[in-house]
Amino acid sequence: MPEVLQHDVLIVGAGLAGMRAAIAARDGGANTAIISKVHPVRSHSNAAQGGINAALLDRGDDWEDHAYDTIKGSDFLGDQDAIEVMCRQAGASLIDMEHMGVTFNRDDEGRLGTRAFGGQRRARTFFVGDFTGQALLHVMFEQLIKSGVRRYEEWFVTSLIMEEGRAAGVIALEIRTGELHVIRAKTVILATGGCGRLFEPSTNALIVTGDGMGLVYNAGGQLMDMEMVQYHPTTLAGSGVLISEAARGEGAYLRDKDGNRFMEKYAPNMMELASRDVVSRAEQTEINAGNGVDGCVYLDCTHLGEALIMEKLIQIREIGIDLAGVDMIKEPIPIRPGMHYIMGGIKTDVDGLTNLPGVYAAGECANVSVHGGNRLGANSLLDTIVFGERAGNHSANVVRSMGYADFDVSAALAREHRRIQEMLDRPDNGDRWAAVRKDMGDSMNRNVAVFRNEEGIQETLEDLHQLRRRYENVPVHNKGKTFNTDLVFALELGYMLDCADTIAVGALERRESRGAQFRVDYPDRNDEEWLHHIVLTKGEGGPEISELPVTITKWTPEERKY
Amino acid sequence: MDVTIRVKRQDPEAQDERRRPYWQEYPVTIADNATVLDALIQIREDDDGTLSLRCSCRSAICGSCAMRINGHAGLACKTIANTVVQNGVITVEPAGVMPVVKDLVVNFDMFWEKIEAVDPYLKHMGQEPEGEYIVSNDAMLHLSSVTACIMCGACVSDCTVLEVDPTFLGPAALAKAYRFTADPRDGDAEGVSMERLWGLSEPTGIWDCTRCNECVQACPKGVAPMDRIMAMREQAIQAGYDNNNGARHTDAFTESVGHSGRLDELRLPIKSVGMMNLPALMDYMPVAFRAMRRGKMPPIMHQNVENVEAVRRIFNRTQPEPASPQVSNNSPFG
Repeated sequence: MPEVLQHDVLIVGAGLAGMRAAIAARDGGANTAIISKVHPVRSHSNAAQGGINAALLDRGDDWEDHAYDTIKGSDFLGDQDAIEVMCRQAGASLIDMEHMGVTFNRDDEGRLGTRAFGGQRRARTFFVGDFTGQALLHVMFEQLIKSGVRRYEEWFVTSLIMEEGRAAGVIALEIRTGELHVIRAKTVILATGGCGRLFEPSTNALIVTGDGMGLVYNAGGQLMDMEMVQYHPTTLAGSGVLISEAARGEGAYLRDKDGNRFMEKYAPNMMELASRDVVSRAEQTEINAGNGVDGCVYLDCTHLGEALIMEKLIQIREIGIDLAGVDMIKEPIPIRPGMHYIMGGIKTDVDGLTNLPGVYAAGECANVSVHGGNRLGANSLLDTIVFGERAGNHSANVVRSMGYADFDVSAALAREHRRIQEMLDRPDNGDRWAAVRKDMGDSMNRNVAVFRNEEGIQETLEDLHQLRRRYENVPVHNKGKTFNTDLVFALELGYMLDCADTIAVGALERRESRGAQFRVDYPDRNDEEWLHHIVLTKGEGGPEISELPVTITKWTPEERKY
Repeated sequence: MDVTIRVKRQDPEAQDERRRPYWQEYPVTIADNATVLDALIQIREDDDGTLSLRCSCRSAICGSCAMRINGHAGLACKTIANTVVQNGVITVEPAGVMPVVKDLVVNFDMFWEKIEAVDPYLKHMGQEPEGEYIVSNDAMLHLSSVTACIMCGACVSDCTVLEVDPTFLGPAALAKAYRFTADPRDGDAEGVSMERLWGLSEPTGIWDCTRCNECVQACPKGVAPMDRIMAMREQAIQAGYDNNNGARHTDAFTESVGHSGRLDELRLPIKSVGMMNLPALMDYMPVAFRAMRRGKMPPIMHQNVENVEAVRRIFNRTQPEPASPQVSNNSPFG
C-alpha cells in the first residue's frame, strides 16, 4: 500500500497566484501543500516584465479610475463587481508585496515610483526595472519557504479526482522518479497559468500548456470567454520572445518601414499606449498593407537615451542583443504582434470558486472575470495576487468544517497506471507530440489570431479534429521512469487540444468584434446580442455552449476610443 | 548552419554502459541565430525523445537550462550556437557540483538547501511602516542587480570551493544573503543585519570563498556573487564580527603590506588563527618543520621593501576614512 498523502488545501501550480493562495491558506490555519510541475521559481509569472497596477490614494489616484480603465480595456466584457474587488484591494496588496521585500523602483522621495502603461489615463504601474514578475515571484517563494507549506516540486498532475460530487484530490506523476501518487485534499486550487503554447509562436514559456483548464474541463467544469486571446503588440521578430510594454510606457515609438508613427491613425490620443488589442490590430493592419519589413514593424527606443534604458529596460535590451542581434540603444527593434495571454479561463466567482464544489481557480487559468475582452498591461500580476489570496483565504475557512471525500485510492491509481501504460505501449511509428503541437500552433495562429473570420475558424476546427485523431496515436519514445519529459509533453498535449477546441468554438460563436476578438465578417461590437459571456463545457461531440450575463455595476457600456 | 551537438548523457535506469556517463553526438541543421537550447529542443522534438533536459522560458528568466557548454556553465537559451562552435562541434554537459539525475538534468536539492540555510526572506526588526518603506532608488537599484539572480545554478556548477567542500554555502546562497544584508529594510533600524552577518561569518560562510572568480564569469545575469561575498566581508567586519580567521587574515595581510610593503608570510598564518590559539598554532608545526627542512621557511626577521615610504604613501591614500562606529556605515546606502 503506497503512502497516502493528504492535505486540507492542495494548490496546483506554484506561480504567483498559487504561492499567494498557499501562503494565505497556511496563514488561515489549513494544512496546505503546493504541487508544481516545475520548481516554483521557474514558473511563468517570471515573464511579466512591466509592472503591477494599483491606484494609491495617497498619490491622488482613485481605485474607481483604475476600475474604469480596466472596464474600458475589457471592452465592457469584464464583470464590474470583480473588477471593483481587484481595484479596491490593489493598494493594500502592493504594499504587502513591498513589505515582503520586493525591490520596487523608487521616486526621488524614496517612495514607490510609477510608470505609464497602456490603456490607462495616469501612471499607476509600479515596477522593478523590466523584470517585475521575476522580482515578485522570487519574493513570493521566499515567503513560501518562510510559511513552511509542503512543496511537491516537479510533480505533474495527470488527473483531478472528483468524488461524492466534490473535489477529492489529484493524481500526480513525480517526474524525477516516474512514480504516480494520489494526493487527497478537501479543496483543490488550480493556479496552473494559461495555455499559450497551443499557439505557435507565443511569448509563453514551454510549460504554459493549459493543464488546469484541461483538468477542469474534463471534470465537467466551465470555461468562459476562451475566444479572448491577447496578442501582445511587441514580440521579437524570429523567436517571438516578449519585449515589455514598459518600453512604450517609458516613451518608445512604433514606426512603419518609412519611419512613420502609424498609431496616430488608430489612437490619436493614447498613441502607442492604447490598449493592447488596439495596438496589435493597428500593427497587423500596417503589416498586411505592406508597410512593414519581413512581417514586422519597428519599436524605436533610440530617443530614450542610454541612461534610462540601462536603468529601466535592461533585460529587454539584453534579449534584443542576444536573440535578434539588435541593440535598442542604437537602433529600432523589429517586432510584431504575438500570442501572449488568455483572458478566458476557468469560470470562478470573486473567491475563486468554480462550478465544481471544492475546486478553485486563480491567476491566468481562471476567469473571474476582470479582463473581459482585453487585459490591460500590469493587471495580470495584480489579478494573481488579489485572487490567489482570496482563494486561499476562502479555502482555509471552508476546510475547517469538512472531511475528506471517500474514494478507493488504489483503484484510482490503478486506472491512471493503465492509462499511462497504454500511452507508453503505443507503436513508435506515429507522429510525435511535437509535430502535432506544431500543426496545432500553426493552425491557431493562422486562423484564431488578431483577425478572424468564419471560414478560417472552421478550417481550424477541422484541423483540430484531425489533430485529435493523430494525438490518440502519439507515441512516447522514452519508456523510462526517470525524468521522462517525453511522457509529460505527450500528456500536456491532451490539455492543449481541449483548450484549443474551446478557443476556436468560442471564436466561432461570438459573431461580433469585441476586445481581442476581431471578426472581419462581423467588424462591429454588438451589445444588443453579444454583451454576455460565452461558457463552454465538455459535451459528447465537443464543447457545449451556454451564456452568462455580464455584471454591470455603474459603468454603462459606451463606445471605446483611445 | 550544420553543427554536431555532443551531449554527455547518463541514464540511471539503464542496464548497460549507458548507466555511466557517455557521449552521444547529434548532427543538426539550425538557423544562424539559433541558441544552443534551440538545437537541443530540435533534437528532443525531431530526433530523440529520450534526451532529458530542463528548459522553459527561452529568454534567460526562468533559470531552468543552466548547463556546461564547452566546459563552462551558462544558459543554453542565452548562448547563440554559432558563437560557441569549435570545429563544427558544441559540447554540452550537465551542470557541475550537483549530482546528475538523467542526461542534462541535475539534482538541485543541495542548491535549495543552501538557499534555505540563509533564511532567505526579509527580516525587519520592529514595526513595519503603514505605507511602503521609504528608501532611496539607488539602494533599490543596487539590490535589483542582485535580485536579478534567476537561481539557475551556473555559479554553483563552476564553484571551485563547492567542488571540494560541499559544506560551503556557495555563491548563489551567499548572493541571496547579500540581497538582505544590503537591504536597508532588513535588520535593525539602521538597516544592519547583525544576526545574519554573525551567522555568515561562521565556517561555511563568507570567509570560505577563495576568490577564484569562476562564479562571476559563469553568472548569466551579471549578479557577480563573489563581489557580493567580498562586500559582506566588509559589512561583517564593520559590524564587529572580526574575531575569526578570515577577518584576522584580512587585517594581518593589510597591516603587513601597509607597514613593510610585502607579505610577512611567517606571521600571517599565526595572526590569522589568533596569537593565543594554541591548538591551531600547534597544527601549523608539521608544516613549519617541513618548510624548514626544505629551506622554505620565511625569514624570522621580516624586511621592508626598498623605498617602503612610497608604498606606505600609496597605501594611506587608498585607505578609506576611519569608519565611524560600526553600524551607520554598514549598508552601502544606509
